[in-house]
Amino acid sequence: MSDVMVDVRGVHKSFGPLEVLRGVDLRVRAGEVTVVLGPSGSGKSTLLRTINHLEKVNRGWISIDGELIGYRRSGNRLHELKEKDVLKQRTHIGFVFQNFNLFPHLTVLDNLVEAPVAALRRPRKEAVGTARRLLARVGLADKADAYPRQLSGGQQQRVAIARALALEPKVLLFDEPTSALDPELVGEVLDVIKDLARTGTTMIVVTHEIGFAREVADTVVFMDGGVVVEQGPPSAVLDKPQHERTRAFLSKVL
Amino acid sequence: MASTTDTAPPGPAAPGAPAPPLPDDPAGLKVVPARHYARWVAAVAVVVLVAQFTHGLATNPVWEWDVFRDYVLSETIVQAVWVTLQLTAYATVLGFLLGTVLAFMRLSRSPVLQTVAWTYIWIFRSIPMIVQLVFWFNLSALYDRLGFGIPFGPVFWSVDSNSIIGTIGAAVIGLTLHQAAYAAEIVRGGVLAVDEGQLEAAAALGIPRLRQIRRIVLPQAMRAILPTAGNEIIGLLKGTSVVYVMSIGELFYQVQVIYGRNGRVIPLLLVATAWYVVLTSLLSVVQYYVERRYARGADRTPPPTPLQRARRFVRTLRTAAAQRNRPVVPFKPLGDIR
Repeated sequence: MSDVMVDVRGVHKSFGPLEVLRGVDLRVRAGEVTVVLGPSGSGKSTLLRTINHLEKVNRGWISIDGELIGYRRSGNRLHELKEKDVLKQRTHIGFVFQNFNLFPHLTVLDNLVEAPVAALRRPRKEAVGTARRLLARVGLADKADAYPRQLSGGQQQRVAIARALALEPKVLLFDEPTSALDPELVGEVLDVIKDLARTGTTMIVVTHEIGFAREVADTVVFMDGGVVVEQGPPSAVLDKPQHERTRAFLSKVL
Repeated sequence: MASTTDTAPPGPAAPGAPAPPLPDDPAGLKVVPARHYARWVAAVAVVVLVAQFTHGLATNPVWEWDVFRDYVLSETIVQAVWVTLQLTAYATVLGFLLGTVLAFMRLSRSPVLQTVAWTYIWIFRSIPMIVQLVFWFNLSALYDRLGFGIPFGPVFWSVDSNSIIGTIGAAVIGLTLHQAAYAAEIVRGGVLAVDEGQLEAAAALGIPRLRQIRRIVLPQAMRAILPTAGNEIIGLLKGTSVVYVMSIGELFYQVQVIYGRNGRVIPLLLVATAWYVVLTSLLSVVQYYVERRYARGADRTPPPTPLQRARRFVRTLRTAAAQRNRPVVPFKPLGDIR
């Protein structure tokens, strides 16, 4: 049994009166792929955003590789970290957005080089070398000098994945990485993610692609109403769901 | 007649005789462009008016073009233009620097910084520039000595305020403070126009805060900032004429001094006008190219510069002239003129 890489304990999150997460527990082991499924509004994107502290939690805690995210513990107190320290923690957590969020005014290469140079203080030359290697890995070596808007959606998302990888994160978080894509472009992005899964990258993927979950996931987590309803290997959750809500959801999307 | 309707072509038939059916080969039809008579009449009328005005400019002796010619490149005027340019440059650079700081103060999460910036903008947008300039001109009456020390405590070092802030300095401060209030709102508008996702992506990548602003936010905000900023800088260039109240030898003041002496009001106002037009045109050209630079990545194919457009136009004319002698090929799609 490998170590726990991501540990989420009793996380609550509200936006004003709306309680989006009501006590979520989740453990992801190093090298494993966890796919989070659930109807929209079930809190899966919010959960992902709390893991890299884009959203502060109201209760509970999250740790990655044994390090508390967003807080420092001394005795029984949690001290909120300064933004500078949170930013440093985020370099260990890759995040891929639904809308790619590439920097449109920078070339593809500069999109990949920016964070290693700015956040990790890598020499630019080294960062460029890594960036080119990663672009080749996602099949876009020839697009290094293009601007993001000159690429198709699928290509942009592959660049975004390469950009997240450039920091050599301990865990990669995907927030519906194929939801903004035309159907014929979904495959190329999923292929890149599958390739990462094979090489033992720890990943949490929020998605609606059931086929992808079945093929790649070590664990499938089904969320609804801000809680984890059911989790387990895909063969259990997808084929023999124990819970009525899971069955209702799967019957709608399959 | 009933038999002809069977073969009548679609569309309105010519009155009287039925039109023959459309030929299978579209090349057999000639397209006659629509004629816009009203447009031609309007164009002729406008051209006549413009010609009349130009003729008046050239022939009316009141303009005194010989006086204009004598003064437009005279040393006094060129020096005055230089002062105008300096005032504009200082106030632009300092005004936008201070304005950017104020903009980020207003956008910050600290209520104190927000309030201070808001109040600054409120006050300096409320005071007419000329009133503010006269205030600074009389700075020494307000604070006759300026110094460094502990706030509300002892002062270690101080000087006579008029000795370090001359009239030009006072004018630059006045213009800067005024400009900063407007620049702050322009920069804030530009920053707000940047997609929230850009900041999230930068934050998720762990890019330090200042670098996020400098490298990710501001370059994208520039797209929204530049058109308005161009307006402001051109406004400022002309606004420097207000500092004539402080007897600074900028363009408008110098022109007034000269026509006060020789009474040639109209030609000297023309001198000032000509210079303001020239400087504004130069600024507009600079603005065009700066905007183009910050548009990188925003369009899939950047639009051509006026020079490239002119070249392409000449090329189009040439091909059109070459084709005029060849048989007409209707329905051929016209090429994209851009």
